[in-house]
Amino acid sequence: MFYIAFRMLVGDRGKFLGIILGLSFASLIMTQQPGLFVGIMTRAYSFITDLGQPDIWVMDPTVQYIDDIKPMPDTYLYRVASVEGVKWAVPLYKGTIQVRLHSGTFQTCNLIGLDDTTLVGAPAVMLEGRIADLRRAYGIIVNLEGVLDKLANPPTYPGGPKIPLRVGQEIELNNNRGIVVGIALTTRTFQSQPVIFTTYSNATLFTPPQMNLLSFVLVKAKPGQNLDVLCKRIKRLTGLVAYTKQQFKDLTVNYYLKYTAIPINYGVSVLLGFLVGAAIAGQTFYNFTLENLRYFGVLKAMGTSDRTLLYMIIFQALIVSFIGYGIGVGCTGIFVFLTRNTVVAFRFPWQLFVFSTVGITLISSFAALLSIRKVIKLEPAVVFRS
Amino acid sequence: MEENQLAVKCKNLIKIYGEGTGKIVALRGIDLEVKSGELMMLAGPSGCGKTTLISVIASILDQDSGECKVYGHELKDLNKDEKIAFRAKNIGFVFQAFNLFPTLTAAENVAIPLIIGGMDHTVATQKGADLLEQMGLGDRATSFPTDLSGGQQQRVAIARALIHNPRLIVCDEPTSALDGETGHKIMELMKSIAVDKTRTLIVVTHDSRIFQFADRIAKMEDGHILKVTSNYKEFE
Repeated sequence: MFYIAFRMLVGDRGKFLGIILGLSFASLIMTQQPGLFVGIMTRAYSFITDLGQPDIWVMDPTVQYIDDIKPMPDTYLYRVASVEGVKWAVPLYKGTIQVRLHSGTFQTCNLIGLDDTTLVGAPAVMLEGRIADLRRAYGIIVNLEGVLDKLANPPTYPGGPKIPLRVGQEIELNNNRGIVVGIALTTRTFQSQPVIFTTYSNATLFTPPQMNLLSFVLVKAKPGQNLDVLCKRIKRLTGLVAYTKQQFKDLTVNYYLKYTAIPINYGVSVLLGFLVGAAIAGQTFYNFTLENLRYFGVLKAMGTSDRTLLYMIIFQALIVSFIGYGIGVGCTGIFVFLTRNTVVAFRFPWQLFVFSTVGITLISSFAALLSIRKVIKLEPAVVFRS
Repeated sequence: MEENQLAVKCKNLIKIYGEGTGKIVALRGIDLEVKSGELMMLAGPSGCGKTTLISVIASILDQDSGECKVYGHELKDLNKDEKIAFRAKNIGFVFQAFNLFPTLTAAENVAIPLIIGGMDHTVATQKGADLLEQMGLGDRATSFPTDLSGGQQQRVAIARALIHNPRLIVCDEPTSALDGETGHKIMELMKSIAVDKTRTLIVVTHDSRIFQFADRIAKMEDGHILKVTSNYKEFE
């Protein structure tokens, strides 16, 4: 009977394609839009992700997210380092700085000041130069996006391509000299600003004079330490707040969720995609069933049980779901491929796969349920009505 | 008539549609006996209850009261699943509008009752093609219904009604969508292939051109059977 169900479904190509189109559209929206959302949210805490070594981030208690810097006195570093269970603690400066370009214009950049001794927090992937070169006078490492685009040299002729910044070149950071000693690969930031790494002491030179510069204290716990317990201990003994990496990521994401319209915008897109997809697929599948009602009646009259008809409709719904979902996810895959080297942020974690699968299943079930109800209630005697 | 010779026995059969002021009494105490191996026609004007009667006999519609035995099985005593199984095994259908599945080939359409019975579709389709060959439609086995003429479609429908070798075939206006000559050929085919000692045909029609093929004709009017006769000329 599944063979008959299959032939009934694919026999009318127009209707079949209509159902597939609806489900493909819905699954595309339900994978692509949340993928973008997750990608953007991931970028919001990309800096925390990139810093692999520390277990705990310590900061001013009023900090709300990674870019919400509340400078602290340098002495706080020693307070944190003295807490029991802390293996090491290093300072980190994070702020923004105005860079004067060779074209004469200014570009805002993220400036990261790393502990002079350990260079903890340095980028993991160096494309050119060495991390240790940061210790050279005025040494800075620039991320690839900055080198190629926003900090690149002006074109040699009007309308020509920008010339990438090179190792050895100088740039002006807040009226101070900076010499590019390396180029690093980093995860794009939320604002897609160039990232400049330097030492903590250099950072104090580059930035305008201010009383406090310490943005974060990065902590490595001693082996066997319970990180949550250590965070609470640091908080109790220093008056600062301490978060594990995951807690700090969650804090950052929650801030964006709570105070920006990003999740609402994407949520509306996903909801509309779901509703439009459900409407198109549900309506087309239901119409398909209505147009075939006479034939379902014939099958009923000839001795097909309601249960078999139910399985046939579920089978038809599964086929269109499978194909529609495949096409939708395939289109998302093509989108990801085409935008892989652009500013577009995209992530597709397994939870999203589950979400979209559940969404498509719901749409198909809805469409199938409408149809099943109609077929089950159908009187077989309808076959004799002309 | 001997009980075991009867294919169908209806006694005081009543069927009512709707209720209250909208109530329509379609069958008003029908008494009818159809012998095994007989071609019985139900004739009468539109709305007289012919289609309701064969729907009840084919067990696709429940009577409200009275008895309806088909090959000894009292239909009202069968539950829903038993009726489905009974129909799958014992009843063949031929419809006025053919009701062939437009997305299946002629052979696949013929194979449907076998597939419902659980046969593999490849084997069933081959059997369908074989039967079409016997009925002179071997070259159209892989054609779709839309590529067939009205007469060819009805022959495919008849093949579909016969393929699982049912004991009772019910036909609703099998010739009304056909021209006179084709209608004649269809009835000749039915008379020659479908009717035998173990198989009975009940044909609902108001097409007087085919009355001559009936062994007996029951004239119906307003939910009653007025008379049953074997002399078709009484209706001309």
